[in-house]
Amino acid sequence: MRYLPHTPADRQAMLAAIGVKNIDDLFADVPSQVLLDAPLDLPMHAGEMVVERALTAMAGRNMPMGSAASFLGAGAYRHHVPAAVDHLIQRSEFLTAYTPYQPEVSQGTLHYLFEFQTQVAMLTGMDVANASMYDGASACAEAVLMAHRVTKRDKAILCGGLHPHYREAAETAVQFIQFEIDARPADPDAFEDMAALIDGETACIVIQTPDLFGRLHDLRALAEAAHDKGALLVVVVTEVVSLGALTSPGEMGADIVVAEGQSIGNALNFGGPYLGLFATRQKYVRQMPGRLCGETVDEAGRRGYVLTLSTREQHIRREKATSNICTNSGLCALAFCIHLSLLGETGLRQLAQINHGRAVALADHLADLDGVEVLNDSFFNEFTVRLPRPAAEVVEDLVPRGILAGVPLSRLYPDNPAMADLLLVATTETNTDEDVAALINALREVL
Amino acid sequence: MAGPETVTTNSGHRGLDLAETLIFELDSPGRCGVDLEQAPDLPNRLGGLERTAPIGLPGLSEPQVIRHFVRLSRNNFAIDAGLYPLGSCTMKHNPRLNEKMARLPGFADLHPMQPVETVQGALELIDSLAEWLITLTGMPAVAMSPAAGAHGELCGLMTIRAALEAKGDAREVVLVPTSAHGTNPATAAICGYRIEQIPADERGRVDVAALKEKLGPRVAAIMLTNPNTCGLFENQIIEIAEAVHGVGAYFYCDGANFNAIMGKVRPGDLGIDCMHLNLHKTFSTPHGGGGPGSGPVVLAEALAPFAPLPMVVRDGDGLTLVEQKSEDLGTAGSFGRLKGFHGQMGMFVRALAFILSHGADGLRQASEDAVLNANYILARLQDLFSLSFPGPCMHEALFDDGFLKDTGVSTLDFAKAMIDEGFHPMTMYFPLVVSGAMLMEPTESESKASLDQFIASMRHLGQRALAGDSEFFAGAPYLAPYRRLDETQAARKPVLRWQPQAKEAAE
Repeated sequence: MRYLPHTPADRQAMLAAIGVKNIDDLFADVPSQVLLDAPLDLPMHAGEMVVERALTAMAGRNMPMGSAASFLGAGAYRHHVPAAVDHLIQRSEFLTAYTPYQPEVSQGTLHYLFEFQTQVAMLTGMDVANASMYDGASACAEAVLMAHRVTKRDKAILCGGLHPHYREAAETAVQFIQFEIDARPADPDAFEDMAALIDGETACIVIQTPDLFGRLHDLRALAEAAHDKGALLVVVVTEVVSLGALTSPGEMGADIVVAEGQSIGNALNFGGPYLGLFATRQKYVRQMPGRLCGETVDEAGRRGYVLTLSTREQHIRREKATSNICTNSGLCALAFCIHLSLLGETGLRQLAQINHGRAVALADHLADLDGVEVLNDSFFNEFTVRLPRPAAEVVEDLVPRGILAGVPLSRLYPDNPAMADLLLVATTETNTDEDVAALINALREVL
Repeated sequence: MAGPETVTTNSGHRGLDLAETLIFELDSPGRCGVDLEQAPDLPNRLGGLERTAPIGLPGLSEPQVIRHFVRLSRNNFAIDAGLYPLGSCTMKHNPRLNEKMARLPGFADLHPMQPVETVQGALELIDSLAEWLITLTGMPAVAMSPAAGAHGELCGLMTIRAALEAKGDAREVVLVPTSAHGTNPATAAICGYRIEQIPADERGRVDVAALKEKLGPRVAAIMLTNPNTCGLFENQIIEIAEAVHGVGAYFYCDGANFNAIMGKVRPGDLGIDCMHLNLHKTFSTPHGGGGPGSGPVVLAEALAPFAPLPMVVRDGDGLTLVEQKSEDLGTAGSFGRLKGFHGQMGMFVRALAFILSHGADGLRQASEDAVLNANYILARLQDLFSLSFPGPCMHEALFDDGFLKDTGVSTLDFAKAMIDEGFHPMTMYFPLVVSGAMLMEPTESESKASLDQFIASMRHLGQRALAGDSEFFAGAPYLAPYRRLDETQAARKPVLRWQPQAKEAAE
């Protein structure tokens, strides 16, 4: 077995040094009736070529987005990732290190985490950010729990435009503690006056922008209304590239910003691993979940970095910790950090403009089709269209033509008949003019 | 002759040790490391919300970015570079085949919301991995979506709570041994439970008499790590399981240490109801400097109906994803959703590549070798170091700071001196049940020669400590990229990001 260094002679020599006859003497504490005496009835070890063949065959039974004209979004976006990103994150020293518990030999990881935290704080317009969470949805759940700790209040209002997975993750997280979730109904055709819902019991109001349907929200009045009532404004961003084109949540008065960072540096990976971003105001830093990296100096006076404020965390505080999180999305954060370093201010803003411009062009083309209505007044790179027949069927019809037309909203709202004809369409810099033409032509034929 | 300590350089670099600043300090406005096309020239539809304030991101070219991150990487220790005996963390070899497979476009370039008929191979991969995990653990079901070990614990405890609530009796207390990982009590608290601690006995195992005293109708579950965090198999585990079930409670097992027992013991045969597996430990999906991980949870029959969404299920000839609660599909009892989409697919691919490479025989051999290696360290250090509990141990050996008494050398100092010897330190000060814990987990990836070198260094340092050279230890490490970092200062006045002012002040 290529991964196991011992020869039979090594094993014998080691057993002798230990002073036992055979390996099962070392398993003496296992009750004998449950100790297995032979390998389980499963395939035996296999060489690289055999494993590669088996997995490549499985991969071959999928339709990668890059092989199609693809317009899927809804919280996961296909962007171009520069070759340098994947090369750098595969360096042994990054890939095969553990959480940086020994800072003297972990400055590589700690240094980029400090840069990552700074980038996230800048993008969101907030004071501080943590070293990442599992993904956007779980970060949203953690934000609600944090608002509960900060305000000592027991209710969160979730806007109807919140991604259903984020809503469900938040509902799941609080279901066994004294806390109420007021999840507002989703309505792609209208806006609810969220400010009117906030009362003295409200810990936070959670709003997504661009929302699930692609609409953009000016949050300034809502922030003011929340703060007047002593509630926190939690802002969710599922397409982080949008922050290159839009006024940041921080500028609009957010208290906590959570985001899905996959769009920068990370592949789609069928939904994971992704990258939860979590940012807040300085005054709430000690209530934050997750790891934090902070600046300090070493004994020689050199600037360096350590994991800090760990008295919030489970390994110190145990049941009184701010969260149970331990492992996060370190390597995804590195990919984000490298990609964003390559883009820089100019690149990110340009990338956001390309995404938006392509979406504007696509929306115009779609609006020209008979029976197709674009619902959005505003959007970034994703918007909702109403089709003359069920969107899921249209998507299915287009698959054989090599087109992944978008996310039918019935997939996310199967019990809501009002969503049946709605299709969520996203476009990024990776879509060519040919992709757009293929989509438009195909729709013209099947609608 | 001048030694390395006395040579100073003009650049701040020291040979191959290249000093590196922050990306923000390499900024040249307008520079960009990516060539992009022109944006279409169309009126925007941003609803008056277009960004007006600068973000503040620095501008760098591609070679600058490459050099920056390559330099940073060289300040990290890694399993690819040397022995990394971090107890409880299972730092084993990360095969590159796994990385290659995870990057196949047929896995990496799949959108989670594609029509299910376009992702049959992905669902097949999840289903195959699930089958392996089920067979290896002897449990009937598995929830695949948790993103890490602690997330798996949350999944497990929520499943248990949902099952108890379905019976109309959520109960109040979760029992957690004093030796448990901190994530255990933190998780139970999120599930609305009060934590009661169970002491360890003098053999490093759960005090079964104390446990039985605490058991009763208030108890929802016990969370037990097995092999436990002292590196020992809980040899009374079947008796514990029976006692737990006797009061209608569930048995949660923290599977962080599954690497000791793959193909040797099936948790299902021990009476365990629920256990998470750390794919990033046992099945070698890399740690990546702190994630991403993956923490599937195997479940007993009684708990399976309460598992989180989504689930992969057979549907005629194919597979499908169940993403909603549904009576028809048997998911009406699900406790909910833990994260977006369907789980850590990228980690699943790597784990399955690792599992198929090892096979049933290789996994069993890996566990045997992991246990052999830990016992070899134990046997060769126990005369000099203070073994906390008599062996044999499982896949990790626990020592404490007893042998350092009156030497003026602490576990921390000792760990830092290991860095100069070229090893990553072991886990320190955990578990909490012994003083100044030194928890060493070599894994199956180490050769005998590598272990011999480690043991020789450990003995050398041990003798040096006993000889009273505390000053040497207090100053260590001397040869690492950085000297000891001031953690107190970092916590007292937290600086958690770079600030533009800092740059101006420096100029």
